Amino acid sequence: MFKIVHAQFLAPGIKRFVIEAPRIARKQKPGQFVILRIYEEGERIPVTIENSDPERGTISIVVQAAGKTTNLLNSLETGDSILDVVGPLGKPSEIKNYGTVVVVGGGVGTAMAYPTASALKRAGNRVISIVGARNKELVILESEMRGVSDALLLTTDDGSYADKGFVTDKLRQLIENGTRIDLVVAVGPIVMMRAVSEMTRKENIHTVVSLNPIMIDGTGMCGGCRVLIDGKSEFACVDGPEFDAHKVDFSVLVQRNGMYRYAEQRSMAEFQAKRNTQDHLENEHACAVGSGDRQGAQR
Amino acid sequence: MTTVAKKSMNPVPIKERMKIPRQAMIEQPAEVRAHNFEEVNLGYDAELAQQEARRCLECAKPTCTDNCPVGVNVKEFVELIVMGKFLEAAAKVREANVLPAITGRVCPQEDQCEGKCLLSKKVKPLGIGYLERFVADYEQRMGTHVVPKIAPTGKKVAVVGSGPSGLTVAGDLIQKGHQVRVFEALHEIGGVLVYGIPEFRLPKQIVREQIDYMRQMGVEFETDVVVGRTVTVDELMEEEGYDAVYIGTGAGLPQFMNIPGEHLNGVYSANEFLTRINLMKAYKFPVYDEPMLDLQGRDVAVIGGGNTALDAIRSALRLGARKAYVLYRRSDAEMPARAEEVHHARQEGIDFQMLTAPVEFISDGKGWLTGARCVRMELGEPDASGRRRPVPKAGSEFDLPLSVAVIAIGTSANPIVQSTTPGLGTNKRGYIQAGEENQRTTRKGVFAGGDIVTGSATVILAMGAGRRAANSIHEYLTTGQW
Repeated sequence: MFKIVHAQFLAPGIKRFVIEAPRIARKQKPGQFVILRIYEEGERIPVTIENSDPERGTISIVVQAAGKTTNLLNSLETGDSILDVVGPLGKPSEIKNYGTVVVVGGGVGTAMAYPTASALKRAGNRVISIVGARNKELVILESEMRGVSDALLLTTDDGSYADKGFVTDKLRQLIENGTRIDLVVAVGPIVMMRAVSEMTRKENIHTVVSLNPIMIDGTGMCGGCRVLIDGKSEFACVDGPEFDAHKVDFSVLVQRNGMYRYAEQRSMAEFQAKRNTQDHLENEHACAVGSGDRQGAQR
Repeated sequence: MTTVAKKSMNPVPIKERMKIPRQAMIEQPAEVRAHNFEEVNLGYDAELAQQEARRCLECAKPTCTDNCPVGVNVKEFVELIVMGKFLEAAAKVREANVLPAITGRVCPQEDQCEGKCLLSKKVKPLGIGYLERFVADYEQRMGTHVVPKIAPTGKKVAVVGSGPSGLTVAGDLIQKGHQVRVFEALHEIGGVLVYGIPEFRLPKQIVREQIDYMRQMGVEFETDVVVGRTVTVDELMEEEGYDAVYIGTGAGLPQFMNIPGEHLNGVYSANEFLTRINLMKAYKFPVYDEPMLDLQGRDVAVIGGGNTALDAIRSALRLGARKAYVLYRRSDAEMPARAEEVHHARQEGIDFQMLTAPVEFISDGKGWLTGARCVRMELGEPDASGRRRPVPKAGSEFDLPLSVAVIAIGTSANPIVQSTTPGLGTNKRGYIQAGEENQRTTRKGVFAGGDIVTGSATVILAMGAGRRAANSIHEYLTTGQW
């Protein structure tokens, strides 16, 4: 059992958990993730680690409610426990002085972009961060990102905060202004990572993306998280999760992440029906929940 | 012969013993069990067990024990069954084998103890596996495990992986007085025994009981620890004070065939397919949250001819598959699966397509599997494995309609421990180098065994390695000599 020492909503449907996990806290490096299981009948889902505190023995994760498991998770409070948390999994981000790095965080992916941006800054890079969200309410970790960036560019899809548009608009501006970019790191929804990748491919800018396929064990044993990299099967849990964006077959990733859409929708519908009944009984309002693919929404 | 007859507790004269037929285990009828996950074999009762035990010829030089990877004293435990001393028989088995209820169910006895049984020269061999299972289950039913009291040595051993080899090391070392802690990456203890082997062949309750017994003996378990990631081998030794580490991380990364269409939705590795079913209970969705593709009325094929392949396809059948095929590129004679499993699978209606291999998975154009393009093979000259190499027959291509394909063609080494343990030698395939007898690696105090050393093999071979490792670790801890 892993105790939640602090739980707090950062935005509607997006919650940060600080969890007692001393072994993981000691080892975590930027770019890594954990797999967790909330209760005995629960599924195992990968969630990226936002930060860790080795002295206190805690890690923090940021979770966006999308399907049943993430909604359940977001109903947990300070003092509750998570049955299983295992990690840190995956290879850490490759941190060195590249020169100028553009770090792109889309939605809840910003939570994973943050430790990488922070480490890149400490390694002596000039860090330009681009953070995008659907609307003002969903912008997370703005001050944290600002704190580790030489410049922070913000966008919202609807223009309710900062500039209206997508992260790729900002990236295009940087490229068009002749900014020298040595590396782009993009973490977020698949569509965003694919768009970033297509843009930088034309400019020959080395780009790294963090992939989020469906996973079970996270140690390479099951092969469920296989992704097509340069025409070859690689496992996101042991070979990744970060890969050269220009070698990734994003269509296969989208297709494979949709494999259980039917089951996910059914789980979610039953969960909502049950919760609505409970809320009705308790005369409370159900909080709004988004829909989207299960793991995809975690980045 | 007269001296043997005098000493023997067996009331049946030697010459009569061969006339007793091998006692069949009671089993669920094929047409019933093909639709449930309950155990196929229901075991012996005491009477059947004693009747079978009376068939033993009590050889002066028993070859059964020589052929057992852990060296179970078959002759003596079988004689104790003849005498009706079932608990003593179980204790006798346990001297060499810490997991008798498991090996009694999953060992390939025909290649080991029973393979060299003298009876098999004339009639069917003694049912040693059935008898082992009987005494282990009897002991469990009686609930009279004797927990041995041993003086502690003050030495600490870390075991990495809780599969058959790790459990054997832990069980053996705790009985020698060492403190043992087992680290498991998954949330449940048992490794392949819980994620890989299905309920109908090895009920999870049996595994839990064996593990509970180990806990009673003092073995500590810690789940959710991926050694190499959560903690390294060096940290275990330097910071956590372990005097020795045993690495038994088991079967590694599933191999794929590198043929077109392997990324289609509907193509699984056997490890993933079986893990979803056995560990995550996906077949009980939506009571359990982990999903799997619905197999009801679908056509399913497994590619491969080992025990894992049969476990996968027999599971698919139980989940409602309409057609359940085994596609194997060689012939019956080369199939590595246990004979009993092949026999059971045929009875249940599994369609074995021998000398057949897929060359491409076919898509519906939207990313979903609709079939496999296959070729028929013929056997040519023997290859490196000594088995005759399958060669595609020209013009033999055909399409097999499928909704789900499960690839069970083996595994390659998992790199996590090796890549995070400096100085740990590996062979060219990436498996850990370990001495054949002492299981020592190239790192002082670090031992390894099971699939992470040999590549994919069987439960009992992994246990054999565990047993040798335990003896070797004990020697190292006692003498301090490397």
